[in-house]
This record gives sequence, C-alpha cells and structure tokens, in this order.
Amino acid sequence: MNQRPVTDLSALPTFGRGPRSPTWWGTLGFMALEGTGFALAAGAYLYLAMSWPNWRLSAPEPNHWPGTVVTLLLVASLVPNHILNRYAEHCAIVPVRIGMIVMSLFGLAPLVVRWFEFPALHIYWDTNAYGSLLWVLLGLHTTHLITDVGDTIVLTVLMFTRHGYSGRRFGDVGDNVFYWDFVVLTWIPIYLLIYWVPRLG
Amino acid sequence: MKRLAWTGFGTACVFLQGCSGWQSALDPKGPAASELAWLIWFFTALCAVIWVLVMIALATPLLMRPLARSEPLALDSGADRRKLRVVVIAVGLTAAIVVGLTLLSFFANRTLAAIGSDAALTIRVTGHQWWWEVRYEDATPSRILTTANEIHIPAGEPVRLLLTSTDVIHSFWVPSLSGKLDLIPGHINVLDIKADKPGVYRGQCAEFCGAQHANMGTFIIAEPRAKFDAWWNDQLQPAGPPASDEAKAGEDLFLSRPCVMCHRIGGTPAGGTVAPDLTHIASRRTLAAGTLTMSRGNLAAWIADPQGVKPGSHMPVVELNGDELNAIVAYLEGLK
Amino acid sequence: MSSADLTSERDLPPKRETASKGDLAPEPDGPRDTGMDDASLHRWLTRAWRTPPGIIGALSSVDHKVIARRYLITAFIFLCLGGLNAVAMRVQLSGPQRGLIGPDLYNQLFTMHGVTMMFLFAVPIVQATGIYLVPLMVGTRNIAFPRLNAFGYWIYVSGGAFAWISFLLNMAPDVGWFAYVPLSGPEFSPGKRADVWAQMITYTEVSSLAVAVATIVTVFKQRAPGMSLDKIPLYVWALLVTSFVVVFAMPAVMITSTFLILDRLVGTHIFNPAEGGDALLFQHLFWFFGHPEVYIIFLPATGMVSSIIPAFARRPTFGHLGLVLSLISVGFLSFGLWVHHMFATGLPKLGASFFTASSMLIAIPNGVQIFCWLATLWDGRPVIRTPLLFVFGFFFIFVIGGLTGVMLASVPLDLQVHDTYFVVAHFHYVLIGGSVFPLLGAAYFWFPKITGRMMSERLGRWHFGLAFIGFNAAFFPMHLVGLWGMPRRVYTYSAELGWGNINLFISAGAMLFFLSFVLFTFNLIHGALKGAPAGDNPWDAGTLEWATSSPPPSYNFTRIPIVTNVEPLWAERETLPVATGLRVDVRELLISTVAEAHPDIREKSATPSIWPLLAAIAVGATFLYSIFTPWAIVWGAVPIALTLVGWFWPKGDPEDEE
Repeated sequence: MNQRPVTDLSALPTFGRGPRSPTWWGTLGFMALEGTGFALAAGAYLYLAMSWPNWRLSAPEPNHWPGTVVTLLLVASLVPNHILNRYAEHCAIVPVRIGMIVMSLFGLAPLVVRWFEFPALHIYWDTNAYGSLLWVLLGLHTTHLITDVGDTIVLTVLMFTRHGYSGRRFGDVGDNVFYWDFVVLTWIPIYLLIYWVPRLG
Repeated sequence: MKRLAWTGFGTACVFLQGCSGWQSALDPKGPAASELAWLIWFFTALCAVIWVLVMIALATPLLMRPLARSEPLALDSGADRRKLRVVVIAVGLTAAIVVGLTLLSFFANRTLAAIGSDAALTIRVTGHQWWWEVRYEDATPSRILTTANEIHIPAGEPVRLLLTSTDVIHSFWVPSLSGKLDLIPGHINVLDIKADKPGVYRGQCAEFCGAQHANMGTFIIAEPRAKFDAWWNDQLQPAGPPASDEAKAGEDLFLSRPCVMCHRIGGTPAGGTVAPDLTHIASRRTLAAGTLTMSRGNLAAWIADPQGVKPGSHMPVVELNGDELNAIVAYLEGLK
Repeated sequence: MSSADLTSERDLPPKRETASKGDLAPEPDGPRDTGMDDASLHRWLTRAWRTPPGIIGALSSVDHKVIARRYLITAFIFLCLGGLNAVAMRVQLSGPQRGLIGPDLYNQLFTMHGVTMMFLFAVPIVQATGIYLVPLMVGTRNIAFPRLNAFGYWIYVSGGAFAWISFLLNMAPDVGWFAYVPLSGPEFSPGKRADVWAQMITYTEVSSLAVAVATIVTVFKQRAPGMSLDKIPLYVWALLVTSFVVVFAMPAVMITSTFLILDRLVGTHIFNPAEGGDALLFQHLFWFFGHPEVYIIFLPATGMVSSIIPAFARRPTFGHLGLVLSLISVGFLSFGLWVHHMFATGLPKLGASFFTASSMLIAIPNGVQIFCWLATLWDGRPVIRTPLLFVFGFFFIFVIGGLTGVMLASVPLDLQVHDTYFVVAHFHYVLIGGSVFPLLGAAYFWFPKITGRMMSERLGRWHFGLAFIGFNAAFFPMHLVGLWGMPRRVYTYSAELGWGNINLFISAGAMLFFLSFVLFTFNLIHGALKGAPAGDNPWDAGTLEWATSSPPPSYNFTRIPIVTNVEPLWAERETLPVATGLRVDVRELLISTVAEAHPDIREKSATPSIWPLLAAIAVGATFLYSIFTPWAIVWGAVPIALTLVGWFWPKGDPEDEE
C-alpha cells in the first residue's frame, strides 16, 4: 500500500519511566498474577479455618517475634527504597549505586531473620493442614523475597559496570523499587494471617 | 443443515427402542426423577425453539439479494437503527428467559427438597473402590444391617440416604429415581429417594474414582412394605450351616484362606470389613458391584480370576485348585 | 537477501558501535526512516530486525511471527495427538464390553486427551494466533517482551514433550484432566503418574502467563498512533480480555497443582481430611481456574468471528461497542460461576442457587454477541467463502452448546446430567463449536497472510462439510446417551444397558470428524506449497495486518501506520497515513499512551538471544527432577539464576543500553 507521511516522531525521547514504560506495565502484570496466587493461598487457609471449628487443630501458638522483626525491617526498608527511586529519576549514578547497596542489605536482613521464623511457627509442614498452610504461605513469600533480593544484587553489580550509566538502567532501578514495594506489601496480610488472625477467635 | 439435524433425531428415535429404561433419566420411576424429567423436557423444548429462531435469523441473509455495497463504510444508518431495535428486543427477551429459568429451577429445587422431609428409613451408603457398602440404620443395635451393592427399599415411601466415602470421591446416581450426589471422604451428604412402584432400578458411580469406575454399579430394589420387612429380617440372620459336604469343605477353605481377612460372613469367624459382607451373597442379583450376574459359573470365574473380570480391583487372586474352587463356590452359593 | 548482497550497497548500515559511556544527555543517534526510499528502508530494517541465520540464530529468534508459527505448528501436532487419543477411546467404546483397551490404558487416554486438548492445544493455539496477529493488528514491529515470548514457547514445547514422553513410558497421568483428590493424592495414586500431571500443569501455565503479560503490554503500549480505545479491532479486544482472564485464572491452577505436589512429595495435608485438610478445597481452586479456562479458549474465537464476518459481510461489525462491553463482562462473569461444576458435591442449596443465577446471567452478554453478528450479516447475501462457512458452522453448533449450558446451570437439572455423556456432548459443542470451528475459519482466513498463498477453496468446502457432518454425528447422540444414564470416563459398559448401537454410531461420526482433519492437513500442506499467490489483502479486509505484505517482513511495517478508523484500510483507500522518524539501524519501535495511543517514546525492542532457551531448559530440568525429589528446587535454582542473569545482562547492543 502506498504511504503518506503525516507525522514525525524523531523528537520523541528514547526511554520513559513509570507507567510510560512497557516494563512498568509488565511488572504490574506479574504483580497481578503473583498477587492472585497469594490471595488464593490465603483464601485456602481461610477456607480450611472456616471448615474446622477447632482451627489451629490444637497446634501451639507460633512465636510472632521473628515475624514481627521481619515486618519492621521490611517497612523500614521502604524509606531508602523511595529515596533511591528519587535519585534514579534524576539519573544520579553515585547516589543510585549507594542506594542499591543499601537496598541489597535491606533485602538480605529479613532473609536472615526469616531463617529463624520457620522454626518459630512451632509446627512442621507435615503435622497437619494448619502447619502445611503456614509453611506454604511463608514459603511463597520467602520465594519472592529471595528472587527479588537476587535481582537487586545483580542490578547493583550492573550499576558498577560500564552498562550502569544509561536511561534504561535507571528505569530498571525504578522497576526494582516498584517490585520491592510489592514484596513488602504482600507480606503485611500474610503476617497478620499467620500470627494474629487465629488469635482473634 | 436442518435436514441433517432431522437425520440425527431420526437415528436417535430408532435407538430409543433399544433402551430398557432401568437406568435412564427420561424414564422416571419416582417423584424426584419425574420432576426432573419434566424440567429436562421443558428446557429442551424452549432451547429448541430458541435455536430454530437463531438458525432462521442466520439463514435469512443467505436468501437475500447479493450485497449491493461498493464501499464497506458506506452504511445505511436507517437500517442500522432498525437493527438496533431488534437486537435490543432480542437481548431483553434473553434476559427475561434467563430470569424465568432461574426461578423455575429454584422452585424445582424446593420441590425436590420436600420429597424426603418425612423419611422414616435411613440408610448409610459408603463408597469404596469399587463397591458400595450399605448399612441400614436402626435405633435397636441388633437390627442394624450391613450389606453391599444392592439397596432394598420399601416402595412408595421416602428413604434417606447418608452418603460418604472412606477412600476417593464417588457419586451415587440412580437416574430413574433421582439426580446424583457425591460421596466425599470427610463429608456426609443427604439424598432422599422414593420409588413410586416396586421394581429394580439400576445406578452406577458417576464420579471418576479410578481403575474400575466403569464397573461400580448398584441396584435399588423397591418392594412392598411387607416384603421389604421380611427381607430385612432374613438378612439379619447369620449364615445357615453348609447344606452339603462340599459346601462344608468350602466353608473350611474360606475360613483358612485369606478370604477372611477382608470379608465378613455372619455366624462364622470371618469378620473382615474392607470388602463386601458375604453373609447373604447368594441372595443378591450381581457380583462385584454389577459386573457379573449371580450364577455358579460367574462366582467361580470371579474367584478364580478377579483381575481378568475386573482389572485393577482390590480382590486378590487366591491360589486354589479345581476342587477347592468348586467347594468355595458351593459354599457361597448356599449363602442365600 | 544474503549479507553479501548487502555489502555491495552504498547505504550499508555501519557496524554497530558499542554504546558510548557516560553521556546520557545527547541521545545516541542513527539513520531515520524519514525521507528514505522504500528499497533502502527495506534493507536497513531487514538488517536490524531479521532472525540471525543458522541453528543458533533460529533458536535465538525473538520475532513474534517466527515464535507464533512454531507455536501454531506445535499446537496442531498436539491436536492430532489428542485426536488420536479420542479415536482410540471411540474404538473401545464402539460396542459393549469390548476388550481392546483395558482400564489402565483407557484412563491414561482420556486424561491425556483432556490435558492435551486443554493445556497443549486450545490455550496455546489461541494465544499463538494472538502472538502472530496482535502486533500486526495494532501496527507495531514486535510483541512486547519478545524474549519472554520466546521463553514461553520453549517452556510450552518442553512441557508438552514431558507429558507425551511420560505417556510413551506408560507413566502418563490417569486421574483425569481435573485430577481430583483424594484419587490423585499420595494414598490412591502411588507412582509418578499424578506427579507428571501436577508438574506439567504448573510448568506449561508459566508459558501461558508469559504470553498473557506480553499481549496485554503490547495492546496497552504499542498501538499505532491514533488507535484509541474505540478503534481497537475486536480481535485485539478479545485477546486483551482473554489475557486478563489468564492472569487472574491461571495462578489458581498453579496453586492447585503445587498444593497437590506438596501433598504428594513432602507430606503436607492440605487436601487430607484426616489431618484438617479438605478434598473440596481442591475442587474450588481448580474450578476457579477451570471455568474461566473455557472463556480463555472461547473469547479469542469470538474475536476471530468478529474479524471474519465484516470481511465477507462487507461492512464493519454491527454494535462494536456492545461487542466490546460483552467481551469485558464475559471476562468478569467467568470468575463468578465456578461452583456450577460442583453442584453434585452437596453444597448448601441457597449458595448453589446463586451460582445458577450467575451462570445463566452469562447467557446475556453472549446473546448480545450472537445478535450483533447476525445483525452484521443482515445487509444482504454475504460473500460465501470457506472462512465464513466455518463461522456458520460455529453458529449452528455453538448455539446448541450455549443452550445446553443454560440447562446445566440449573442446579436440579444438572444433578441428572452432571458427569454423564450429556456434559461431554455439551462442552464439545461449546469448545469445538465455539472455538475449533472459528479457528478453522481463521486458518483459511489468515493462511494467505502467514504464507503468502491461498488455501484451496474447493477442498475447503469439502473439509467444512466433512467436519460439520462428522462433528454432529459424533456428538449430538451423546446428549441422548447421557440422559439414558451413561456416565463419563467409563472404559466399558454392559450390553444390557442398551447403549451399544448409539455408541457405534457415535464412533463412526468421530472417525468422520477425524478424517476431516486429515483433509485439512492436506489442504494446509498443499496450500503452503502450491497455493495461488495471495497478495497483501486477498479478502479486501479492513484491519492493519492486511496493510503489509504476505507474509509480512521481519519488521512488519516499513513505517508505523496511523489509524483513523476501526477498519483503517477501509477508511484510507488510496494511501495509508504513516509516521516517520524512527531509527532504522536498531530495533526501534513506538510506545504510545494507554488510552489515546498518542506517540510517546521511541523504545528499543530486544535483540535475538539464546538465553530464553537456556533458561527454559534450566526451568524444565528443575521441574522434571522435582518429581523425584523436592531438593530439585534448591539445586535447580542455581542454573535458573545463572541463565536469567545471562538473559538480562546487557551485551552492549544499542537495544540493551539506550
């Protein structure tokens, strides 16, 4: 078909941040499907909790302290996370490098505490369905934590290489910030579900 | 296209004669199945009318003059407005039909729920891979009766079935009496059935339950009240003494072989409960949950080669020579 | 064109420079398409966008058309395999007490038939069609996240191979495609068969999710300038809604199969009623996915119908907005009716009645679709070609399936027909009528675009006739035999039940239906080799995929088209308005705004890479190994992590850096 040029795009920028960029939407898509997974796992827990009048199935109460420490660490990490985001928006390489190191550490710290959180549940996965779902919920979140921390560390290394100083990379940092928010936010309902909801009844 | 549909219907009508109706939703023999058969026919008739109307609407443009339009975007807006009116009416009718059918099935459900509200007899049916354990409940413990695969009920009276399972999920379905309901481990479901007249109604498991899902039949035998009571009393009796020497030898064999590990025969030391109760096996119509009809030959075949008759079933092969097999068959055949 | 030809040209693209360090402000630049003549433009764009030569090149391809072709061919092979399962089952059922196939094999056959048709044929083929057509229809050069898309294909093909190799090794799942617990649990399914089901499902759904995310972002962010929401073609809308349904439904089946494998492998008790679990939880989770699954298969087919009808009715679809709203409402409602698969489990009566209402409600948006299509056809006798014949077949069959669906939605009525051959008839009317017939129509419709050649019209009509008669002969009588009491999933039945003759008739119909696919295969091969040249737009259709050559070049469009109408090619008969200013030496495409599709960013699209294949191999090996030990997840994490780092680590191409 013959063509007639009617508009010129050469003045457009070559990268965008946030909702302007496809990667942001892709990240959002993955959050939606992973969030659905979390919601269904939590739904399965609640379904069984409603089905059995003696829920917790005479299991001992979990020790909430390791979980609480994880929660505090994760919530605290939101502050440097968003400071990092601000620097990434301004394409400031040195503060971004420092910020990425800080965020890697803030990712590793809850992982270390998480190691102690599993035994603090005071029940094994193969004891009964209550124990199974506790381990599933905690395991599901830990998987997300591990993958995102791994991702953060790789990106930190990348920022120190010759590939670091580009608009695309600062966009990646922005997406990493975005995904970390998701990891923190999904933890809150799981934390409540594991440690506090059974104490209500 | 339409001719084809009629051919389909025609062929179907030919097949209808072949159907004896003892396991058919279209041949109802109880109030629940009658209500459902009526519902099926009503829905079918309504759906057929809707389908024919849609097909007429589809065929109409084929009979029209060829398209006159030269440019696809040059549309007749007046015609489109008229179409919009038709589409809106059609959608409105669809909505009305949907609401009507929802109400209809809601009320049908209420009718069905009322059928068994005054059931006097309660039978617990437990699904097993691949047979049905049937226990007649009674306030007097000595009158509690356990049997398998065949469920005798008094005709004309509602009967309450408590359905559960000890292994996988099964589904209890006797189409000429009622719709189906699942037997789920950890759950008890309640199904009320009623047969209008005496008769034998076949059913089978309707939820896939493993290797022998296909051979998990059951029979509901509706009898007049007096005959039913007599049957219950008969079944409560322990097995009588073997009638012949051969049968006596068979009893000894039965009790000395692995048979006793799984089966129970009242009045003997055989007390296994993981397989069907055999106290009155010879009074039943079929063997292995509807797989074979009851006969001396089939009994022998089933015992000699259970994995050939019903591959995958949990009945193991017990090594027996010809005489031993005959003796056991003679014994079981006497358990009326 | 070989690279030797290229070197003789004056306007040879310079060898790619590695990105300059430390200068963000002045953007790196290269030659633009502005003012360039068509021949040079073609050379530049081919150089930038082609799939590299050689086997490694082919395995590294990220071209959406190349990936989609592979998907289509693979899915077609799985269709044939699943069809052969069905033929074997129909032979066994053609008479009472046939001893050709025992229960052990039969149960594997019907499980593999269901698994193959649902997970390896139906979902992948509708997504594959989308991978091919959506970027063309929205006027862009590649799908979003092309490497993720390639990864999805490798996952899919290895997951399918996994299932079928287990079948050949006599360890295919035998617990039904739904794999209800406790039957599929550790106690009643010892051995590896149910593990194969669980891991294969989790694994292949990764691919489906990857494609869904890529499709959504392509539609949201890569539409040609001017393609505002009201000008998006209905096919693209259908794929968009489908992808959303995938995103929210597929996690449910992954959670279900993961719970199952945990129960089987590490001894959790999620579905074990003896330890506080519940068997019905499995069904809730499974059908929360399972019902939307039907619409995942059906909605793209409605998009195909909405593409075929306007081309032959010679007008835009009647009620475009109504059709879009129906698609969206069907997508939403599909999540609200899973319980109608569970009426026989003895749920509370009032709750069940609610699901009757919601299940019947979905008839309304589906009705809107049917009425709008009929209204589109009502301007006069349409041009009758093979694609439209299949659309007529779709109406004939699907409407029956939809109406029997209304019957199944009624709780009391469902209790008679649930898990009988009536249901088998119903969902084959819905899935084959609602999806396979439109797909066959779509095959005839878009084959010229994909191959540049037409399929035979004469063979096409024979194919349609055979498929139509065979299908109805095979499946219509199943309604009756179901009402006569024949349950599903039985490997045999006794003669005294009187189902012998009708089953023989059904089997004969099934053979005829199978033969129609043999004829179709012949027509496909014949068309690809000897078909008449098609030209760019053989049907004079109005959407953008017909604006480019057949088959389309690796870069899809020489210049990005500008959209002024929902049927852009009908609105712009003489010349196509286009945008200029994109770089031609690198893979640059246009990112636009979500609602209005205003041009926003010139972004780079990913270059070919072997890493998605390596990552898929690492993930696949981990899943395979996990059937034998849960430690596989720990050990497998290392190669998975390495391949993912390899995938995302920049290689110095402008596409990675800018």
